Amino acid sequence: MKPIKLLLSICLIISAPVSAASPEQQGLEIAKEADKRDSGFADSTADMTMLLRNRHGQESTRYIRLRTLEVEGDGDKSISIFDRPRDVKGTAFLSFTHKAGADDQWLYLPALKRVKRISSRNKSGSFMGSEFAYEDISSQEVEKYTYKYIKDDNCGTERCFVIERDPVDELSGYTRQLAWINKKEYRPEKIEFYDRKNALLKTLVYRGYQQYLGKYWRANEMFMENHQTGKTTLLSWKNYKFGNGLTARDFDRNSLKRAR
Amino acid sequence: MPFRTLLCCILFLPFYSAQAAQGEWSGYIATEWRGFTSSPTDTQQHGDSTSLSAQAEYYREWNAGKQSFRFTPFLRIDGRDTQRSHFDLRELNWTTVHNSWELTAGIGKVFWGVTESQHLVDIINQTDLVESIDGEEKLGQALIKLTLIRDWGDVDLFLLPGFRERTFSSRVGRLRMAAAVDVNHPEYASSQGRDHIDAAIRWSKSIGDWDVGVSHFSGTSREPRFRSGMNNGRLVLTPIYETIDQTSLDLQATKDDWLWKLEWISRSGQGDRYTGVACGFEYTLYGISESPADVGLIAEYLFDDRKDAATTPFENDLFLGARLALNDEASSELLAGMIVDLDNSSRVMSVEASRRLGDNWKLNLEGRFFSNIDNRDSLASFENDDFIQLELAWYF
Repeated sequence: MKPIKLLLSICLIISAPVSAASPEQQGLEIAKEADKRDSGFADSTADMTMLLRNRHGQESTRYIRLRTLEVEGDGDKSISIFDRPRDVKGTAFLSFTHKAGADDQWLYLPALKRVKRISSRNKSGSFMGSEFAYEDISSQEVEKYTYKYIKDDNCGTERCFVIERDPVDELSGYTRQLAWINKKEYRPEKIEFYDRKNALLKTLVYRGYQQYLGKYWRANEMFMENHQTGKTTLLSWKNYKFGNGLTARDFDRNSLKRAR
Repeated sequence: MPFRTLLCCILFLPFYSAQAAQGEWSGYIATEWRGFTSSPTDTQQHGDSTSLSAQAEYYREWNAGKQSFRFTPFLRIDGRDTQRSHFDLRELNWTTVHNSWELTAGIGKVFWGVTESQHLVDIINQTDLVESIDGEEKLGQALIKLTLIRDWGDVDLFLLPGFRERTFSSRVGRLRMAAAVDVNHPEYASSQGRDHIDAAIRWSKSIGDWDVGVSHFSGTSREPRFRSGMNNGRLVLTPIYETIDQTSLDLQATKDDWLWKLEWISRSGQGDRYTGVACGFEYTLYGISESPADVGLIAEYLFDDRKDAATTPFENDLFLGARLALNDEASSELLAGMIVDLDNSSRVMSVEASRRLGDNWKLNLEGRFFSNIDNRDSLASFENDDFIQLELAWYF
């Protein structure tokens, strides 16, 4: 055996445990680890302000309160309650996300006291006129994407994995997303969204992370910029509370009618 | 009357509760202009009109939301029709919530049903017809509602004391029937009159992508029949409220972009037992030409087996409509639709549009147009009442 070949063989043997994992497997492992680190919170509540700004600098604000219930073996349940604009005050949105198949969604219209089952097919549609699509704000289950590890990269002062996430659902508004996942904490720092034509559509940046219960990281701000329209949406989060003792009963059609 | 006493107790309840959280007020004040495109059928009827309306809601909860109190007064002052000017308590109730049951007592509002063009199944509240002829505005109903939450579905049990009469335009009002309704002399089939206590039961459940409701109502019909007669030498319509039993089914299947809907009722007590049906679909196209806008296409078939003897004008009719939602910052929406009578080709067209202005203002546009109305159709009296309505509301 020629020395060069021997060297090559040794290199192959040494690197084998790493390269045995394909970029797809590596990407999936990162997503699973991020999911694992964020599970077990049982339930959470939070207040959210959405600041919408168009390219002319005109602003409008929405106040929304969110309640989330972790569901063992399936996607989360959540209720979003709208406080402002005032004409939609009392409107509430109930969602049961599922790891596989279509989500279940109901909308409560307070003027008519009507609970309306709605189609969950509108994944790519705008949430409340913002730059966030329904699929951006719904529960991020591991099963909703296929993954590919791309590289390591700097993200601010930290180091990140860069992974590509391809939505499984063909109704997604995206061909792919590039996510910068913090190597130490496995939390997203930045996500780039590519539209159906694979052109860069939006960038989401997470800012001001805080840790709750010594485990769960939540960003104080999420800033979404649409590169194609020049519009931006800033989500500001307040009053995060975990382990409130919420149950499935707090996420049914009856509670939707009472949601305040 | 014991129920009045109960209402008084409810009114003061939030103030007795020591650990009550801070209550909050919200609501709107709106000004409305209605313009008619033709002269009225009856020369006594008025022309264009303006009116003012306001609704406030006070809400307070305590025991971490396990108990709550709600008070929603509504007022309209109409420049032309004194019978359209009215005050109503839409809500004044107390609710207690437990793991397997909920109880609401007081005055409340309840909606049942799934279809868009007609609300056949919805029967708990009386229609506030002077507010809108679409039948979606309701008067507050005194009720005791017990909801039992079980694995096999929710059961709502209702006791409904204190019947509310339907509101009607006065003799000078527009969008009235061929003659004025004699609202001061309603007749009841029950000897107890408006004091008859009605009852209702409903079972509902979501099963996968199906939402099902089965209900039964026993009591005074919200929808009157009319007897024409003379009062002080004038032709009037006397409303007759009969005692009915109505069994109903409402069903929606949410299959991807398609919502399949059915409302079915079987009613006895107003002549022979009859069947009414509203069924159809709503199909939504998301993201029209790469914009955030959605278009929903709605088709519903409306049927009543009393045929020409039906109290509704929609006994063999087709509703076709389109809903456009721009999904913009102003939440701009447009709903345009048409109901065609398949027997006599009478048509009612409607347009409803709305848009938010700034953070606290909202502009609503509504239009209704009656065309090709057959003389024998119960819409005949609206033939010259095509109108456009603009409403500007300020929310607080």
